[in-house]
Amino acid sequence: MSDVLAVADHRRGAVRDVSFEIVRAGRELADDLDGDLHLAVIAGDVDAFADRLSLAGVDAIHTVEAGEEFNHDLYAGATAALFEELAPTAVLMPNSVNGLDYAPAVANRLDLPLVADAVDLAYDDGLEATREMYGSKVETTVEVSEEPFAVTVRGGEWAALEERADVPVEAFEYEFDESASGARVQGFEEVGAGDVDIADAEFLVSVGRGIEEEENLELIEELVEVTGATMSSSRPIVDNGWLPKNRQVGQSGKQVTPDVYLAIGISGAVQHVAGMKGAETIIAINTDPNAPIFDIADYGIVGDLFDVVPALIEEFE
Amino acid sequence: MKILVTVKEVAEAADDFEIEGTDIGEQYLEYDLNEWDDYAVEAAVQLSETYDDVEVVSATIGPERAEETIRMALAKGVDRSIRVWDDDVAAADLDVAAKTRLFAAVVEEEDPDLVLSGVQAADDGFGATGVSLADEIGFDWAAVVNDLETEDDLSMAHVHRELEGGIEELTDVDFPAVLTIQTGLNEPRYASLRGIRQAQSKEIAEFGLADLGLDADAVASPISRTGMYEPETESDATYLDGAADEQAGQLADVLREKGVVSE
Ligand SMILES: Cc1cc2nc3c(=O)[nH]c(=O)nc-3n(C[C@H](O)[C@H](O)[C@H](O)COP(=O)(O)OP(=O)(O)OC[C@H]3O[C@@H](n4cnc5c(N)ncnc54)[C@H](O)[C@@H]3O)c2cc1C
Ligand SMILES: Nc1ncnc2c1ncn2[C@@H]1O[C@H](COP(=O)(O)O)[C@@H](O)[C@H]1O
Repeated sequence: MSDVLAVADHRRGAVRDVSFEIVRAGRELADDLDGDLHLAVIAGDVDAFADRLSLAGVDAIHTVEAGEEFNHDLYAGATAALFEELAPTAVLMPNSVNGLDYAPAVANRLDLPLVADAVDLAYDDGLEATREMYGSKVETTVEVSEEPFAVTVRGGEWAALEERADVPVEAFEYEFDESASGARVQGFEEVGAGDVDIADAEFLVSVGRGIEEEENLELIEELVEVTGATMSSSRPIVDNGWLPKNRQVGQSGKQVTPDVYLAIGISGAVQHVAGMKGAETIIAINTDPNAPIFDIADYGIVGDLFDVVPALIEEFE
Repeated sequence: MKILVTVKEVAEAADDFEIEGTDIGEQYLEYDLNEWDDYAVEAAVQLSETYDDVEVVSATIGPERAEETIRMALAKGVDRSIRVWDDDVAAADLDVAAKTRLFAAVVEEEDPDLVLSGVQAADDGFGATGVSLADEIGFDWAAVVNDLETEDDLSMAHVHRELEGGIEELTDVDFPAVLTIQTGLNEPRYASLRGIRQAQSKEIAEFGLADLGLDADAVASPISRTGMYEPETESDATYLDGAADEQAGQLADVLREKGVVSE
């Protein structure tokens, strides 16, 4: 057998984008392996999700009806059980926050090598995966000498597969009792509401760890004042308590699409970029010419923010 | 109660670096305590300050150089430390499974009630070690924890898991457990002078594979790194050059042209 088993991601009734991407990654790998692509849909309204995910290139969908929402014991157990049943060569899981909560357990339980957070996959006599290291400053290739193997797939790296098809759906029986699980989901909470909605802003001046000290934020405030921009930030600024959570741009903060996004002292980590790559024009000021933020910038200034920002303020005063 | 905190010394690349073979040249790397583990250490130390009889032990897989980082954790209030290393570990390409086996052996030795790790290591970024370990040792777990409240009898914790897009999942986790800690959970302290002095006399126990009842098979990995390169930039960025005031002048023109600043 040389099939691929991929696991879909959904939350609070909606299929998440990464599910359509993992189908593409899985289809490409299954083609390389000359096998079938199986897609697992676990928990919640599985029939509706299966319908959403009836995509060209998926050979079979396996639904596991149990519980309303994500539970890692359910996901790990059901994925492992499906693996035993289908005996695939590869298991693909999303590197989402929920993926972080069950994929390593699946790999450990099944004794599979785990390639975490892959950004590219190729198969020719064995898996060769591409990953990033050192805060996205370098890419590495890794080879896996054992089969089967497990991979977690980074979101946003594969184009979503959208073309619909008639895919056979089979219910997979898996017994699960959440009350017996050692980790029990009690509910959800939305955070980050507040005075301003950075998602509405036309011009965001966004500040990162390069600002060094809380006092130095005054410099950015001044720039915001003279330009009429709105201030946002990367995560460390919020973690430090220097700005409220509703100012955080990124995976766990807000997604923004302003006309202009000016990133000051922000490296461009993948979780930050996830929140701002949709901006019309991206401008970055950074001392490090290798900072990954320059890869997505339209305009770049390699320079010290403590020199450039005061000069910029002067321009508008 | 005993808390085990995994503490990694991570490497950060200098602005200008060169790749030698399949890694960045050693001379371009700087080492520091992993950001996520700093928050995990703080969480453990706070628990030891809140409750009586809590011992905090840190565990590191790393060479002698890592003792500098370990001393930092000791100075912040960790009681004692374990460092796992020997020639076989040094020669290995450690994957998640290998780290899991090493830490599982440490857990067997120490028998903690709670293990705190970071969500991810800043350098290799697997984001997987904590949950893999939990599954291996049969502990319950929660990943990406950004809020932590313990029941007073220390039987369980109420945690928030930080999901995408400003949504948090509220979950109850029974102890013994592994929690992977997200940044922002608390305010990591700076080591005090007194702490730094005290750290000098705290124990860092060194374990090789044999001391943990393991052999070289424990670190054998089917995953090997075959290449490293600087990503081909897809960037078509226009660079604004010159002295700072010239750069600022060009940037001001761009902003005016985009119509986002009046004047
Ligand atoms: C599950 C998860 C979710 C996450 N969610 C988010 C999120 O929502 N949003 C987010 O932002 N991050 C998020 N992160 C964190 C992310 O991985 C990075 O740690 C973070 O984005 C780094 O922020 P930064 O760029 O400000 O800091 P750093 O990466 O430390 O970068 C600072 C930059 O400033 C530059 N610099 C330094 N001094 C100067 C100077 N004088 N002038 C100009 N430039 C200077 C440096 O060269 C560097 O590039 C998440 C991480 C995880 C694991
Ligand atoms: N070599 C190591 N020494 C100590 N802790 C580690 C090591 N590798 C991983 N960890 C722990 O596991 C977490 C996740 O790491 P990783 O899965 O490698 O991204 C880190 O935040 C550490 O707490």
